[in-house]
Amino acid sequence: MLGYGLGLLGLLFIGLIVVVAGWVILTYNGLVTLRNQLENAWSQIDVQLKRRYDLIPNLVEAVKDYMEYEQDVLTKVTEARAQAVSAQGPAEQAQADNMLTRALRSLFAVVENYPELKANENVLKLQEELTSTENRISFSRQFYNDTVMRFNTRLQTFPTNLIAGILGFTAREFFETGDDAEREPVKVDLR
Amino acid sequence: MKSRGLYGEIKANRRRSWFLATGIGLLLALLGAVLGAAWGDPLTGLVTAWAVAVVFLTITWYGGAQMTLAASNARAADPERDRVLINIVDEMALASGLPRPDIFVIDDTAPNAFATGRDPQHAAIAVTRGLYQKLDRDELQGVIAHELSHIRNHDVRYTTLVAVTVGAIALLADLALRHMWWGGGPRRARNTGAGAIVVAVALLVAIMAPISARLLQAAVARRRETLADLSGAEMTRYPEALARALEKIASDPEVLEVANRATAPLYIVDPIKEFEKRARGLLRTHPPTEERVERLRSLVLPAKRRGPS
Repeated sequence: MLGYGLGLLGLLFIGLIVVVAGWVILTYNGLVTLRNQLENAWSQIDVQLKRRYDLIPNLVEAVKDYMEYEQDVLTKVTEARAQAVSAQGPAEQAQADNMLTRALRSLFAVVENYPELKANENVLKLQEELTSTENRISFSRQFYNDTVMRFNTRLQTFPTNLIAGILGFTAREFFETGDDAEREPVKVDLR
Repeated sequence: MKSRGLYGEIKANRRRSWFLATGIGLLLALLGAVLGAAWGDPLTGLVTAWAVAVVFLTITWYGGAQMTLAASNARAADPERDRVLINIVDEMALASGLPRPDIFVIDDTAPNAFATGRDPQHAAIAVTRGLYQKLDRDELQGVIAHELSHIRNHDVRYTTLVAVTVGAIALLADLALRHMWWGGGPRRARNTGAGAIVVAVALLVAIMAPISARLLQAAVARRRETLADLSGAEMTRYPEALARALEKIASDPEVLEVANRATAPLYIVDPIKEFEKRARGLLRTHPPTEERVERLRSLVLPAKRRGPS
């Protein structure tokens, strides 16, 4: 009788261990998946920033003959790009990218005053590509932040919060541009 | 309209959709069992009903997307000519974290769009040329976000599943009715009083099942559209653009010729306009456009971190 009782308890105990181990494994794998998504989302931002750096020289080249009197706008764009490319560390990088965004915005504003530019197919194409790139940059940042939110919520809610620290996962910071103007759309409408 | 917030809406929609899908599955089982009972063996009937559904499902699982695109005269988007469209799809793929779906264009001046494919890795989006001529970039972005939401939420898989099951129910009911009409079937049962009752019940179920299945299917489709509107707005953080796009599409007088009864539920706005006018209630596959627009405009978004246009 006693042996039977112990056996039942033993079975319960083993069952409990299996359940807990299964839960730890599932939680760990889930967090790793989410963390990889996070890394991937972060690298997408870099891909889009790089795409922007690559497009800018082409745009400057395409418009510079038309814009003899606007050399300083073009110079600003080129300089901002050079700074962004060579920026060190995330803070400097973010600041340089913001400067570049502003420089591009003023360039697009100036382009508005040149009817020949607005009719130039090559310029139009480059503008569409840059508009799309600006969008891609903010959407990939948005997705990064959405993923950070999911990751952090997961880490901080019960029961995952009991073991997340032990497994070596720590909450991530949101990407903040530190520039409210950054969140406004770049208005490029040539139609 | 009372707003329960974006995430609450998505949760509620998901719950209701599962409820409806379970309803359809039970209906199929009931139909099989009752028809089987009329012939003397409920279990065989039930198993047959499910087997028919599984065969149908397998075929659509692997060939459905191709069939839909071919039936709609869709051709692959051109990297030069359709550059803006491809760019917008890329932007929304980034916003949703999905792989970029295949992009197709339908040569028709009526503005509309749909998504298909069994999962995000095998997905396609098709838009009409009219859509992309009549909407501005923001509005187009809203529509594409709506379609990508269908993909992300696995709506296509889900609605296909429902459509196929409904088709199987209709087919079974039809077969059973024909069989009874031509005097075949439960001869043995017919000679007893209890047998007559079973046959009468079978007849009733055979008539009612396809109708109820279709009602449930329409309800599922409406739910899915609402959910895609909301998750689309979450993706762009700009519900107003999608609201404007829906208004433009719904008020456009042109008729989309390639759409038919089978593909109509896929489109962002019901392309069969007379149908939309006639069917006010339970059979429509899309919620009334005014209701969708109103819901979008009443949204309170979780964060004001919206991407630029």
